[in-house]
Order: sequence, then structure tokens, then C-alpha cells
Amino acid sequence: MTVRRLAPPEQQPKDFSFSKENLDWAKKQLLKFPEGRQQSAVIPLMWRAQEQHGGWLPEAAIRYVADMIGMEHIRAMEVATFYTMFLLQPVGKKAHVQVCGTTPCRLRGADALFEVCHNRIAHEPFEVSADGNFSWEEVECLGACVNAPMALIWKDTYEDLTPETFEKLLDAFAAGKAPKPGPQIDRQFSAPEGGPTTLKSVKA
Amino acid sequence: MTKLIVDGKEVDVPPEYTLLQACEAAGAEIPRFCYHERLSIAGNCRMCLIEVVGIPKPQASCAVGVKDLQPNKDGSPKVLSTKSPMVKAAREGVMEVLLINHPLDCPICDQGGECDLQDQAMAYGTDASRYQENKRAVEDKYIGPLVKTVMTRCIHCTRCIRFSSEVAGVAELGATGRGEDMEITTYLEHAMSSELQSNVVDLCPVGALTSKPYAFAARPWELNKTQSVDVMDAVGSAIRIDTRGREVMRILPRINDDVNEEWISDKTRHIVDGLRTQRLDQPYIRSGGKLRPATWAEAFAAIADKVKAAGNNVGAIAGDLAGVEEMFALKDLMTRLGSANIDARQDGAAFDPAWGRASYLFNSTIAGIERADALLIVGANPRREAAVLNARIRKRWRAGNFPVALIGEKVDLTYSYDYLGAGAETLAGLGKTKFAEALKAAKNPLIILGAGALARKDGATVASLAAKAAVEYGAIADGWNGFSVLHTAASRVGALDIGFVPGKGGKTATELAAGGANVLFLLGADEIEVAAGPFVVYIGTHGDRGAHRADVILPGAAYPEKSAIYVNTEGRVQMANRAAFPPGDAREDWAILRALSDVLGHKLPYDSLGALREAVFAAHPHMMRLDQIAPGDAANVSTLANLGGSFDKAPLRAAVTDFYLTNPIARASAVMAECSALANASAKTAAE
Repeated sequence: MTVRRLAPPEQQPKDFSFSKENLDWAKKQLLKFPEGRQQSAVIPLMWRAQEQHGGWLPEAAIRYVADMIGMEHIRAMEVATFYTMFLLQPVGKKAHVQVCGTTPCRLRGADALFEVCHNRIAHEPFEVSADGNFSWEEVECLGACVNAPMALIWKDTYEDLTPETFEKLLDAFAAGKAPKPGPQIDRQFSAPEGGPTTLKSVKA
Repeated sequence: MTKLIVDGKEVDVPPEYTLLQACEAAGAEIPRFCYHERLSIAGNCRMCLIEVVGIPKPQASCAVGVKDLQPNKDGSPKVLSTKSPMVKAAREGVMEVLLINHPLDCPICDQGGECDLQDQAMAYGTDASRYQENKRAVEDKYIGPLVKTVMTRCIHCTRCIRFSSEVAGVAELGATGRGEDMEITTYLEHAMSSELQSNVVDLCPVGALTSKPYAFAARPWELNKTQSVDVMDAVGSAIRIDTRGREVMRILPRINDDVNEEWISDKTRHIVDGLRTQRLDQPYIRSGGKLRPATWAEAFAAIADKVKAAGNNVGAIAGDLAGVEEMFALKDLMTRLGSANIDARQDGAAFDPAWGRASYLFNSTIAGIERADALLIVGANPRREAAVLNARIRKRWRAGNFPVALIGEKVDLTYSYDYLGAGAETLAGLGKTKFAEALKAAKNPLIILGAGALARKDGATVASLAAKAAVEYGAIADGWNGFSVLHTAASRVGALDIGFVPGKGGKTATELAAGGANVLFLLGADEIEVAAGPFVVYIGTHGDRGAHRADVILPGAAYPEKSAIYVNTEGRVQMANRAAFPPGDAREDWAILRALSDVLGHKLPYDSLGALREAVFAAHPHMMRLDQIAPGDAANVSTLANLGGSFDKAPLRAAVTDFYLTNPIARASAVMAECSALANASAKTAAE
């Protein structure tokens, strides 16, 4: 892990407020908690703020959420800097690619995916590509080890990647298309490659 | 009670004790960094590990309760060890981990010599480090003008965070990031705003948070330490004055559970530079409209001329920092001159010793706040008037079941309260408010009456109304007197005790300042505007308002430079000790008065401070009993309640408007000026 800092002031928006739809949603969330415990909603609310703000959490949003639930600003800041899922720096507009770098994915060739990230997006993680559309980071296990190696883009995982399919995936995002999530090879979810098998087919 | 065997010694401790407390009860010493008696338990430094026989791993003694221990099967007491090889190894391991990232910069660290980490590394650590890698480096943070940060030294005990959110009640400090990258900071490095923020410097077990004004000023072993009491407010916090040579270097809190626990306000701690600047170090006489330096003899002669001409048309006003002895001597001198024009109530507050001592004391006592179960604050802002006392109220409030209500200015007190109204009419109609039920239901209701509520024309009526409420709602009972006056001036209760108020036919401070006497003595009275006319003799320490108006200036001693008795707002008699000497030709105030009396032909009959004290004690025996409170007679409160009178509709105002600039020493301090500017600026942004 590295020290997580807020984006520099020139990249920070002055204000942040929930859209009407998100505000209604937030109010509903707050009702889930008993009176006086509204601060417990800090994570879902900040997460929604991050989604609304193009995938990263500006300082104004931390303040906004804290004020909404009556929490001291520094307490909300502690939460935002503690959890790595809150991205404090601007990310690519079209895709922020979170490539898994934990052991199973590494063993199945995640290194090649990182090479693609280095060459195609930006040399350093969290650096936004020259066109502003892409950024990447290495994340810890996302729980799709059977389909290693994999990457998470926005809310969907893309699995069984090779450098080629990964490039194709990024091409699709660059073209503004929505590629099919899940395994990128001929495979149903995490069922065996090449179609289902049963014990009956095993010859004794 | 639970029996335990600690290092072979059997102890009997209450089950709610932690193992650390149990070990201490058995006389064992447990090293610790994060654990602090007055803060919540964090359990994150791991330094307090001990062995519990039957549990394979060492236990963090601060975080394990005695009642959490699984009893032995045969019912025999649990055996604890703080000296076993396992404990020794555990401590060495923890110490090694703490030192992995801690810089070896003790020679340039202000904490050096009084550092918990340094001491404990010597006592419990190993001799060398096995760590070859680079140490972690952390950027320093700006967290205000009083606390300097060297964040690389931080060991993440989180004492400062817990203090600011629990005791100070302004949750400004926090820990961002996590693990190795955890950093202590304020939100976007804003300055802290609490009046108690400097206490984090004392709490910090390493040199991460140190005092900014004191940075690189002295080493602890160079300092002479003098125990004394604070006079910045009427709480009378226990302090330690550290001096090097003639100079006061710093002021630290002492533990006094009855008064300040172990906190002091920023004003108490950081007025030190005010003791050096703007000082009066020789007598001055005004001639041709300008003050010129003079000798003591010249100054006394000039006064004698004027006093002779004035006869008994003289008066005296004592300021907020005056000790009992000098006020007693001044009163004595005035009596000998045939004048009853004496007053210590610069603000015109309607206190009258004739109503009895309980009418002006904080009768519940400060420690008694913790016994109260409902609180009504009238015309006070305890956060500004007595920051440490406010922390005590907050402590009680945090314990729960403590309804608080406020009549007066609506301010942030760091705890929640019902706002009842702004003026005396709300107090008169208290029965109509919802809070009356809470007061009635309470066993020990507490009513805090601010000095600001009395410093107005109808002050006596407001006091009477508050007393009436106290009587009505059962604040006066056996073993409990909840009628509590919160003073702001350290000298006030002492002055009222010795009757430093106008005698028969005497004029009040307001009348004297308006020109009610031909010769007016100001004993450090800087908070009152004296009109043109009277010949003003100013006995004081700083070139403040009083000195600017003075016709003769006699340089006196500030509170660290004299031994004097102060009576705090509870009526607790405390003695300030001399830690340094007054600058230049300045003398102790009582000695000035004694010398002057000789020139005026009314020699005061005491040649030493001891003799003067004997006279004080003879006249007021309770002054003899240091650190004790002579309780007031609860019947006085009823007397006050029956006073009645009419009141006007003006809202009640708190006595202190700018916390950082309440007295001449604070006004001479650059540090206090910076704090004040910062506080005013943030108040302005908040208002926008």
C-alpha cells in the first residue's frame, strides 16, 4: 500500500451534492439505521457519491456525506482513506481497470495483463492515460480465482483473460461499447472449459 | 472482589478492574503508551503485555478485564506474571517493532529527557536493532499555532485523537490511511480549535506532538520546577512553572483531581511569552502628559503629595490577577487613610459578601459536577470562562443521563443542551419550560450562574432568580448545594472573602472609574476605563490599559514572581509559589504597598510576607487552610433568593468574549494574539 492522498486542489470540484435520485436513495438508506446511528451509513453513501462522481471521491463529497449524517469531517476522511475501494484521485472516464495481482491470478498470467496496462494505459497505477479515458491499479483478490486471471472494470468482472482478450476488452471500452462480462473464453461461468462434464463421462 | 496472584503477591481487586489496574494494585509496574487513565482504552501499542497462567499468549493488560478471565477449574485465584521470561521477550519484541520506524533523533527532539519511548526503550528494550531496511518517513502536519508536529516520530498510540474527541469534545484529530501509512492529522490540516488542544503535547508519549512556542527553548533537566496555581481563570488549575535562571520557560499542568484533573487550558499554558513582553520594570511618573522613568522615592513622593491633598477622597480598585495578601494590605491602607472606596469588581458584578459566602461560591465544587444529574447554565459560557471546568461538565455529560439547559448566549459548549432563552425573563419563567421537570426529577440539580449574568444593572435580581430556582428545584439539600457561581477572575472570590468591596458610604468600581475619587489606586486593574480627572496610581505588571491611564506607575510582580494566596471559584484556598523574580526594579505588590504606606504616614504593621499572612489569617481564618474549601452556609442561598427585584429584558451575556485575551499578561503574549486572530477568523467563516 502507498500513502493515500486527496487529489490536488486544482482537480477538486468546489461543491458536491447528490442528484435527486441519489438523494432519495440516501434518505432511504438512513432510515435503515436506528435514530442516532445514522453515521453507520457513511460507507454506502460515500460509495454512491463516488459512483455519481465518475468513479472517484472528491473532497467536497467527503464533506457533503459527513454533514449529511452529522459526522465530523475528519471521521469521514478516516473512512475514505482507510478503504482502498474509495478512489481519491481522478480515474479514466471510460474505464478504471482493477487487475487482480494476488497469487492465483499471478500464477495464471496476471503479469502479462499488467504489461498491457503499463504499455497501453499509463506506466504507473492511478495515472490517467493521455486521452483521459483509462486508468488502472493492482488490487488484491476479488474472489474469482477459478477464472484467473481477471480484472474488475466498474461493477463487472472480466475473467479468463489473456493479453489479447484483455486488449480487445479495452478496445471495446474505448469504443464506448459494453463488452460481455464474465469469462472471455468459451466457458459458462466457472464451469469446466469446453463444456460441462459429469462423473458419468469418466471412464473407469 | 476477585482474588488474583500477581508476581506471587495476592491482591483482591474489583471485577471491573483491568489486568493493568490489578497489577498496579499489586505494586507491579506496567509499561504503556496508548493506555491513559482518563481516556478510553485503545489497546493498540501492545506495550502492556503480561502473562496470565493458563493462557498461552501474552495478554494486553490494559484491555482485558479481571472479570473476563476464565476462572481456574479448582477455584484457585488466577496467576498473573509481569516479570516472567515470556513477558520480558514480549516487551522486547514490542519495543523493537515500535522502534523499527521511530527515528533516532533524540538529540534534536524536544521530548528528549522526558520521553516515554526513550525511558521505556532503556528499561524494556534490547540494546540493538536488527532492522536493516529504510525507515518510514511521514510529512509533518500543520495542526495549529500551539502544537508542533514531527510525524515521523509518531507511534500511533492515538492518545491525541481520543483526547480531542473525548475530553476536549472537538473531534478534529484523526488517523488517515492505515497500517504503516496511518497518519495523524486534522481535516485538510486545519488548525485545531479547542481551548484544551495543547494537552495533546503532554499526552504524546513521544516527540511527535511538541509545544510550538517552546520549540528548542530548553531541556527538561535544565529547568527548575515550581508547583503553583494558575490565575488565568477562576478555576485555579494546578500548574508547574518551569524556569531557567530568571526566565519562565514553560507552564505544565499538575494533577489535581479536585480541580483540573490533569488538563490545563491553552491560555494557562501559553501565556509564557506574555510574561516577558510589555513588562513594567521601573516606576514612572507622568509629567507634561508623558510618562518618564523615575525612582521609587520620586514616585512615592509624587503619590504622597496627591494623597495628602485628597485626604480621604481616595479609592482603590483591585484587578483580576491580584492575590489575597496584596488586596488585604491595600484594604488596610485605604482604611487607615479613612476611605471606604475599595472594590474588586471591575465588571460591576453584583456580588455582595453581606449575602454570605455561599451566595458567590461554586458551591457544588468542581469535582461535585460529576455527582450532579441535571444542569442549568445561566448567563455563562463555561467553555470560554473556564475551559477545564467545561471539560468536567462534558465528562459528566458523556456518562449519560445528564440533561443540560442553557439560558443566555447560544454557543457551542461541546455537549448538547436545551436552549431555553436569552434573558432573565426565561429564568423567571423557568417553571413554564419543559426543562423544569428534568430539574425537579433530579436528585442533585446543578445551577451554574455565570459572572456575566451579574455584571449588569439588574445583576442582583438575576442572581436572586437563580438562587430562587436553586431553592425551588431542590438544589439545596443535605450534602448537596447546587447553586454554583462561575467566576472568571482569579482574584474575585478572595476579594469577596476579605471584603474588598465598598464599605459604608463607599463608592463602587464603576463610580470610582467615573471619577469618584481624587486619587485612585489600581492594583493591576486593566479591564476598566478610568475617566479623566482622578490621579491614578497603577500598581501592576504590564503596559496595558491601566498603565496608559496612570499618573504614577509602580511596577509589580506577575503571578509566577510572587507567593500569593488565591481563592478559586469553589472557595478553595490555594497558594501560588514564586518561581522567578520580577524584572528590573519591580517588586512584589504587598512590599510596594508596605513601603508606600510608610511614605504616606500610615505604616502598615507587617514587615514580611509571613507577618502579613499572619494578619490575613487572624482576620480570615479560613485562608489558613490551604487546598481546602470552607463551605458556604446553604441558608445564604435562600437569603439571596428572597432578595427579589425587577429585571430588564436585555439578553444575558457571557463574561468572556475573547478567550485568549482576558488579562494583561495574555494581551501581551504574541502566541495568544495569534490564537485569538485564528479563532476570530474561523468564527467569521463559520458565520458566513
